[in-house]
Amino acid sequence: MMRFKTPAKTAGMLLVLLCGAVSAFAQQADSVKSKDLREVSVTAPRTAREVSPGQKMQAKELERLGSHSVADAIRFFAGLQVKDYGGIGGLKTVDIRSMGTNQVGVFYDGIQLGNAQNGQVDLGRFSLDNMEEIALYNGQKSNIFQPAKDFGSAGAIYLTSLKPKFAPGENTHLRGTIKTGSFGLFNPSLLWQQKISSKVSASFSTEWINATGRYKFSYQKRDENGHLVYDTSAYRKNGDINAVRMEGGFNGLLNGGEWSTKVYYYQSQRGLPGFIVNGVFGHVDRQWDQNIFVQSSFRKDITKRYSILLNGKYAYDYTRFLAPDTARLYIDNHYRQYEMYFSMAHQYALTNWWTIAASGDFQWNRLDADLTNFSYPTRYTTLAAAATNISFNRFSAQASLLGTFVNETVKKNASAPYQQKFTPAVFVSWQPMRSPDFRLRGFYKQIFRMPTFNDLYYTEIGNRFLEPEFATQYDAGFTWNKTFASSWLIQAGIEADVYYNEVKDKIVAVPGASMLSWQMENLGFVKIKGVDVKAKALWLIKKQVQFSTRLTYTYQRAQDFTDPSDSFYGDQIVYIPRHSGSLILGADYKQWEANYSFIYTGERYNSKENKLKNYVEPWYTSDISLGKQFSYKHTLFHVTAQVNNLANQFYEVVISYPMPGRNYRFILTVNI
Amino acid sequence: MKQVRNIVLVAALAGLAITGCRKGEKIVPPEVTPVDTATPGSLLNGFYLLNEGNMGSNKASLDYYDYTTGIYSSNIYATANPTAVKELGDVGNDIEVYGTKLYAVINISNKVEVMNAASTKRIKQIDILNCRYITFANGKAYVSSYAGPVLIEPNAPIGFVAEIDTTTLEITRKVIVGYQPEEMAVVGNKLYVANSGGYRAPNYDRTVSVIDLNTFKEIKKIDVAINLDRLKADNNGDIYVTSRGDYYNIPSRLFVIDTKTDAVKKQFDIPVSNLCISGDTAYVYGSVFSYNTGKWTITYNMVNVKTETVLNSNFITDGTDKSIRMPYGVAVNPATKEIFVTDAKDYVSSGTLYCFDKTGKKKWSVTTGEIPAHIAFVSATK
Repeated sequence: MMRFKTPAKTAGMLLVLLCGAVSAFAQQADSVKSKDLREVSVTAPRTAREVSPGQKMQAKELERLGSHSVADAIRFFAGLQVKDYGGIGGLKTVDIRSMGTNQVGVFYDGIQLGNAQNGQVDLGRFSLDNMEEIALYNGQKSNIFQPAKDFGSAGAIYLTSLKPKFAPGENTHLRGTIKTGSFGLFNPSLLWQQKISSKVSASFSTEWINATGRYKFSYQKRDENGHLVYDTSAYRKNGDINAVRMEGGFNGLLNGGEWSTKVYYYQSQRGLPGFIVNGVFGHVDRQWDQNIFVQSSFRKDITKRYSILLNGKYAYDYTRFLAPDTARLYIDNHYRQYEMYFSMAHQYALTNWWTIAASGDFQWNRLDADLTNFSYPTRYTTLAAAATNISFNRFSAQASLLGTFVNETVKKNASAPYQQKFTPAVFVSWQPMRSPDFRLRGFYKQIFRMPTFNDLYYTEIGNRFLEPEFATQYDAGFTWNKTFASSWLIQAGIEADVYYNEVKDKIVAVPGASMLSWQMENLGFVKIKGVDVKAKALWLIKKQVQFSTRLTYTYQRAQDFTDPSDSFYGDQIVYIPRHSGSLILGADYKQWEANYSFIYTGERYNSKENKLKNYVEPWYTSDISLGKQFSYKHTLFHVTAQVNNLANQFYEVVISYPMPGRNYRFILTVNI
Repeated sequence: MKQVRNIVLVAALAGLAITGCRKGEKIVPPEVTPVDTATPGSLLNGFYLLNEGNMGSNKASLDYYDYTTGIYSSNIYATANPTAVKELGDVGNDIEVYGTKLYAVINISNKVEVMNAASTKRIKQIDILNCRYITFANGKAYVSSYAGPVLIEPNAPIGFVAEIDTTTLEITRKVIVGYQPEEMAVVGNKLYVANSGGYRAPNYDRTVSVIDLNTFKEIKKIDVAINLDRLKADNNGDIYVTSRGDYYNIPSRLFVIDTKTDAVKKQFDIPVSNLCISGDTAYVYGSVFSYNTGKWTITYNMVNVKTETVLNSNFITDGTDKSIRMPYGVAVNPATKEIFVTDAKDYVSSGTLYCFDKTGKKKWSVTTGEIPAHIAFVSATK
């Protein structure tokens, strides 16, 4: 164990504090918070409250955390792992409850971010600069009045960008931010919100991210006696990024409804720093990306009982991958993805406790790539969902059934066969006692993910005979929240869930025709048992210091049960720690704010076999930040200084991709 | 703010109370398994097995079987060379013993690792970009490499072979061959190099380069078939070379080159992924994947290299071949005629090495590193 040099007296006090803290964590602020949020939106949908509230982080918390991207912030949620290739421009994807990255749906302002090519969304690309809320739902958002797609993933992350809110007399908000620090980071951004009429507002947000991505990393090995046998340090090369994001749109209110429309543009050029192995301490591969989408949403209560929700989107994604090293295989590939999406959802309130809903979505995806013998696939997806919700004072329940119909055509080679699947979900919530503080909840859901275009058609790797990968989830838990009248403890809450998941026909890569070309197969079978615990509390110390605490703990036993003859049968699956957790402590005192955050990821394995040679040590990082607000002539300034990975721990999340050690960031925000 | 500080400490404690801490990464010791009875006094002391390891994982590893003790030790390099930064390296592509030295070609790490064959201790590292295979003759080592100069096509370098003096361990000469050269063999005073052209698919190379070892110049290109890979010499002055085909419509095949005429004299219509020639017999397996069915077909066969006929019989005679998922290497003990076959399984977990007696009955099997592939015998003379 790591030793802390702590005087005995302090240790005793710590113990008291620790126990105090644990008992005080026995509270829950989530649903209170979410209720608050709902009230912000003047015309919240006329729907029952969420049967199972998700984990959320709001703008204030996100700002205090000072994370660079959504991926950095989401690490503080329970029940997920971020697969992080390191650095500012490194790929960061999320795996919820060990079911795999491809089973996660990511929604931006209510509409799913697609990637038909590889099914993964790089959360490292989404900045927190204009984010109002990040929410994580296991199973699905337990709301029946939503597009059919929202029923369609095993876990979902909802990113909500800032919506303009004007106080009486206000017409314009202007905010400029500059972030700089380690990695040669220069990241200016601008947010502009304009009130056009009492019912319509416009917003525009843009940012530029420029960084060299350079950071020091170190590898050390010790002999069996613990003596250092080698210790080597180098700088991460070719991790530079130059990216621009622009988005803008209009939000409007209707009589009993709302609408919004937005345009999003992202363009980047980055180096891919690649793996570090013996003899290879740098790479020269590069990637260019361009993402454009236009999306609109319209929701209105047509009658007292009937409401309608329309969503539409068009997206274009371009990627160029260049491997220019002529000593190796030279690659210069261009990928173009096109997506069109339209959704219509209806809700009808049969009685004041019983609601039904139906939604239908249609999506079109196409992928073009300049690969030899490429198939040029087009996918037509039709989704239909029927859902019902009953809601009493102490009991509520939802059930939904999703039908998915997928058809594909190709210009070359053969296409995958037609798929038609029906998948159910049930959510219940029960308040067993008179006090509404304590509720029990549970859900069952079956869902699948379609093989991606890469899985099916990537030249020499794809396998068009693939079946969808199924995930079945069972979850039971409780939530407890309380708001206190006492002067020092304001709010407290705890949520805990136990779950059991099965992933079958897991799509995995297996040896192909040659060492370089692998094949995708429906091979894996994984059973996952887990526990998620989240606790939150809000304190007021001496009536001046507002103190918030947020703790998560995750236990996951995710075992591979594919084939009893495998040497890894029953072993913990790759990169999933049994124990992980996080802690955030925040304090506000007058114009000052301080934040401490800690992440722990326990021991895990970088390959299928749980053997010593694949063992990966735990890692844990502490980040601290200090900020101050001050105003000068009606202009509000906010400065923050951060130190991340305070202990300068060198670690890897993914084998051969070293993570940064101690790094710094400075943020200046100006609000006019 | 004292409270904040205290709570920070609580936080750190609480976090660490969850489970363990870092102890510092340690050298992973070998896995030692007794597999057979000791046979002291045999002609061979043992053999090294090089595990390729997956690209980017730095998991190339070295195993050793000791005939004198009957003990198999897996992953011995790091313990023998603890100070080698990042251990043996990434993707071990070939291994040979010549004289008292052991040569391991580590492809992604761009080096030939030269070790003492008895102690496995590093003697020197010879840097060669994208190196592939190694062979020896007359005190010289020959190493094939993909990374020659860029000539005609701007993005496809031609390959070369480097000559290394085995006493000074310095590169003495280089010769340009075909595209993406693979295995080599020396017959007489000529070096034969199989050119694959794998980086130029579907425009594969289809030639064997013939190098005069005196002048170290390419004297001929023999047109054989696309995507050449394995190349072995028999005792009768013939070269056996395999074509991998295009994985679509052109199947894998085996060809025989007569080194007197330097021309193809025979083609065997059997798929060959790898082969080992010992005495008059070539031990052959083929693993063929069909894009049309998504299925594998694995076959084992033997070829009499004297009569140049396919024997159409499996060299594994006890049915063990059914439990071999992905044959990846084959070797024959020249003294005992024991046959060794490696199983790379799913490429991402430990493989298995099978030892068969000369009649093809399984003697033992043992767990290896990831992607066991290449075997080099160590004679007892040193």
